Amino acid sequence: MATTVAPPTFAPAASSPSYAGDKTGVWSWITTTDHKRIGVLYLFTSLFFFIFGGLEAAVIRAQLAAPNQSLVSAELYNQLFTMHGTTMVFLAIMPLSAAFFNFLIPLQIGARDVAFPRLNAFSYWVYLFGGIFITLPIFAGIAPNGGWFGYAPITTMQYNPGLNIDFWVLGLQILGISSLAAGFNFITTVINLRAPGMHLMRMPMFTWMSFVVQFLVVLAFPVITVALVFLQFDRFFGTNFYTLTAGADPLLWQHLFWIFGHPEVYILILPAFGLVSEVLPTFSRKPLFGYAVMVYSGILIGFLGFGVWAHHMFSVGMGPIADTVFSLTTMLIAIPTGVKIFNWMSTMWGGKLQFTTAMCFSIGLVAMFTIGGLSGVTHASPPTDLQQTDTYYVVAHFHYVLFGGSIMGIFAGIYHYFPKIFGRLMNETLGKWHFWINMIGMNLTFGPMHLSGLLGMPRRIYTYDANQGWDLFNMMSSVGTAIIILSTLIFIYNFFASLRNGPRAGRDPWGASTLEWSIPSPPPEYNFAVLPNVTSRYPLWDVTDGHDLSREHHEGHENRDDRVPTAKELGIPMPMNTFKPVMAALGLCIMIGGMTLKHVNFYAFFAVVSGGGLTLVISLYAWLTSPLEEAH
Amino acid sequence: MAHDTAAHDDAHAHHPTAKTYLWTALFLTIVTIVEISAYYIKPWEQSAIYVPSMIFMSAVKFAVVCAVYMHLKYDNKLFRNLFVGPLVIAIVTCVGLLFLFGKVAIRISSGQ
Amino acid sequence: MSATAVEPTAGAHDAHAHHHTSTGLDSRKIAIWAFIGSECMLFVSLISTYLIYKGKSRVGPYPHEVWTDPSTGHTFGAILNIPVTSFSTFVLLMSSLAMVLAHNAVVNRRVKRTTFMQRLEGNSFFWLISTAVLGIVFLMCQAYEFTSFVHEGLGLTTNLFSSSFFVLTGFHGAHVTAGVLWLCTLAAIDKKRGLREDEGLVVDMCALYWHFVDVVWIAIFVLLYLIK
Repeated sequence: MATTVAPPTFAPAASSPSYAGDKTGVWSWITTTDHKRIGVLYLFTSLFFFIFGGLEAAVIRAQLAAPNQSLVSAELYNQLFTMHGTTMVFLAIMPLSAAFFNFLIPLQIGARDVAFPRLNAFSYWVYLFGGIFITLPIFAGIAPNGGWFGYAPITTMQYNPGLNIDFWVLGLQILGISSLAAGFNFITTVINLRAPGMHLMRMPMFTWMSFVVQFLVVLAFPVITVALVFLQFDRFFGTNFYTLTAGADPLLWQHLFWIFGHPEVYILILPAFGLVSEVLPTFSRKPLFGYAVMVYSGILIGFLGFGVWAHHMFSVGMGPIADTVFSLTTMLIAIPTGVKIFNWMSTMWGGKLQFTTAMCFSIGLVAMFTIGGLSGVTHASPPTDLQQTDTYYVVAHFHYVLFGGSIMGIFAGIYHYFPKIFGRLMNETLGKWHFWINMIGMNLTFGPMHLSGLLGMPRRIYTYDANQGWDLFNMMSSVGTAIIILSTLIFIYNFFASLRNGPRAGRDPWGASTLEWSIPSPPPEYNFAVLPNVTSRYPLWDVTDGHDLSREHHEGHENRDDRVPTAKELGIPMPMNTFKPVMAALGLCIMIGGMTLKHVNFYAFFAVVSGGGLTLVISLYAWLTSPLEEAH
Repeated sequence: MAHDTAAHDDAHAHHPTAKTYLWTALFLTIVTIVEISAYYIKPWEQSAIYVPSMIFMSAVKFAVVCAVYMHLKYDNKLFRNLFVGPLVIAIVTCVGLLFLFGKVAIRISSGQ
Repeated sequence: MSATAVEPTAGAHDAHAHHHTSTGLDSRKIAIWAFIGSECMLFVSLISTYLIYKGKSRVGPYPHEVWTDPSTGHTFGAILNIPVTSFSTFVLLMSSLAMVLAHNAVVNRRVKRTTFMQRLEGNSFFWLISTAVLGIVFLMCQAYEFTSFVHEGLGLTTNLFSSSFFVLTGFHGAHVTAGVLWLCTLAAIDKKRGLREDEGLVVDMCALYWHFVDVVWIAIFVLLYLIK
């Protein structure tokens, strides 16, 4: 380690390395169009929601720790598990990935920003407002209560007349718009803003996996949009999409939801796969094993992801042909996923391993995701699935892939990229404590759920009777949750302490190989003073010319006193700060969120919705008719 | 922008002229007229080929508009991929749904 | 890395310049195509739902069949009005032609035009406004169709057919409305200062969207109206 980590140069204690030169203050963050700042905003917001969703889970586990408890009512319990799922999927893991998309994709492909910086700001603000909109109701006890997949018809007016589901339907519509806008933005960025020589097959694996994810987003979200529009129309205007008495099919929602929902699973996991594919080669000091196969298997996972949705529905009785087809496609998807696991192991094989915290979390992902993947294969088979469906076995499965997979990968990413994002290193000792306690807590929480599930404990029950063989396992899960909370507290302390006092990181504290490590930490607002010319997959390890990119940068474009020149000094046009995307996002969220008033007061509904719509349209026109960059 | 515009001019050099657009419109109109007439011609409308023929004709119209009016035939291949990829996934999903809901079925005749 | 492309600060040529692009294409055009790809899934979900619910309504009126209300004895004819929709389909088709001619006019500003027909061909404002007007005519046909349905007793909530029909065609109508607004904005800019030849992309984006809305209608027309 010591040889690669830049010697810490101790900065004045108060100042963290700041972003974008002279622009500071709250207003500069609100109006920012810098992808790095937006990435940081995403990171903080989604970490907040991650903790919030974790606390919801903590209440759930406290309630279930022992039989026949009454810490929360059945109704509040419904709201808690619904919001735990919704928060973790839409407000924590997806935006945590988005934080890395924002921060890393332009840096990894050698670009100065994303293709549409203002659209990027819009995506963030829509996410923030939508997140607040969908989260607040729980404090009034009227949070969504239909489960994160909100099966209709149980979510229709007939069975769920309160405002609860309205918040969910409208909140998800808002969040969907955020994801779609970001999706178009990043697809364009990756296609069009690669540095010279950055061929598709030279792109870092994180960028590749993110690229695949953007396609999943733009193809999956329209389907949930439509399903939600149907539900919204049913609830607001009395249409019949999910009205069984009118002849509606109760499976319509399930099919539409899972056509979205299964690609969504890959939307959650592929960015984490990408992150560990950056970490593992770095700390194995070896190129990623089977780069091309990794790319193809990522694409194949994305593509097959659209053909497996009905495996969530084996228990509804689709008939032997449909069951067989979806069972086969589901088992097929295990192949590219398994290929990735073996490639990671082969990357480490024979490498000079350095067990940094990021590396530990990456290895943790490989191991934990494999367990979750294997239990996934067990319910690819309809007969076994019929035994497991709607039990805690399924809960165990998807927590192993989402917590053991996505969250571990994201933690790996945070420890790995913290120095790049904030210019300081995180504390490795605390990091190790975080990792090991987290690892123990996670397995203690979700491991026993396999058993309680196989013993027949159903999901989503707010309490249970004693002596059904589940008591011990539930207690273990609850203790495990407490341990996870402890590890997360260590992480939070480490995060903020390192933010203030961590040793300064150089450009490339880990000796990593990709372009983002060739520029200062944190990067200047323009990222690259000179667009790099890429000649290999590992430009910083590529020493064929006798010197690497980072040195080139250092010698050519920086002053001796290590001051990074501003964009103005270099004559690089940067997008201006603007308030318009924020206004557009606010208008959009008021317009959609205001629809909840329909059931309260029609005039208020009309006024708020049209006011929001007007704000949106005016801001959009102002935005689209004003230039991105200053004229010069 | 300099090389952007150049790329554009280059692309436009291959773009069709107003005449091509007019002929295309005429072709689309004729196909539409055939479609609507088929609806009123009872023997055709009630025959087994009615639905396939209608889907075929609309698919042809769809493809012609995409190829000529949306310039997919002349433009960079990237755009074609960006459109056709999602379109294929969309159509396969639609067909899959219709199978699942029993709207279409493959009948294997038990050869007697 | 002697060849480090000393690409002097891309964008120095033009305020609108999008930095260095790896494909040489404009980012906005890639984005609009990605958007159209995404819209495919949106409309396919809507169309699939319509087809899934076809023939599943418990009560009429029905799109293609006669239905007698058992409680009142009132008989409803097949509700879909093929002649009117054929006309609006034709109108939308012609709007696509006008749209493509508008784009053609903007990107061929340099062409010398002398005769009336040539000047008409080069009149981008005329073609933009024509497209918008044809779009409005289409919307008026749809408004007529909707009101006459409601008049005949087929409201949004009447049965499965009406719900899926109104939401699907309503979504399409909303897309047409957005397109008309876009076209009117372009026409206003064209009137005010004239769209320049290098702004062809601005028209092209609108055109791609407009044609896409048209091809969706091509599918809807056959699947909803002509196939019983």
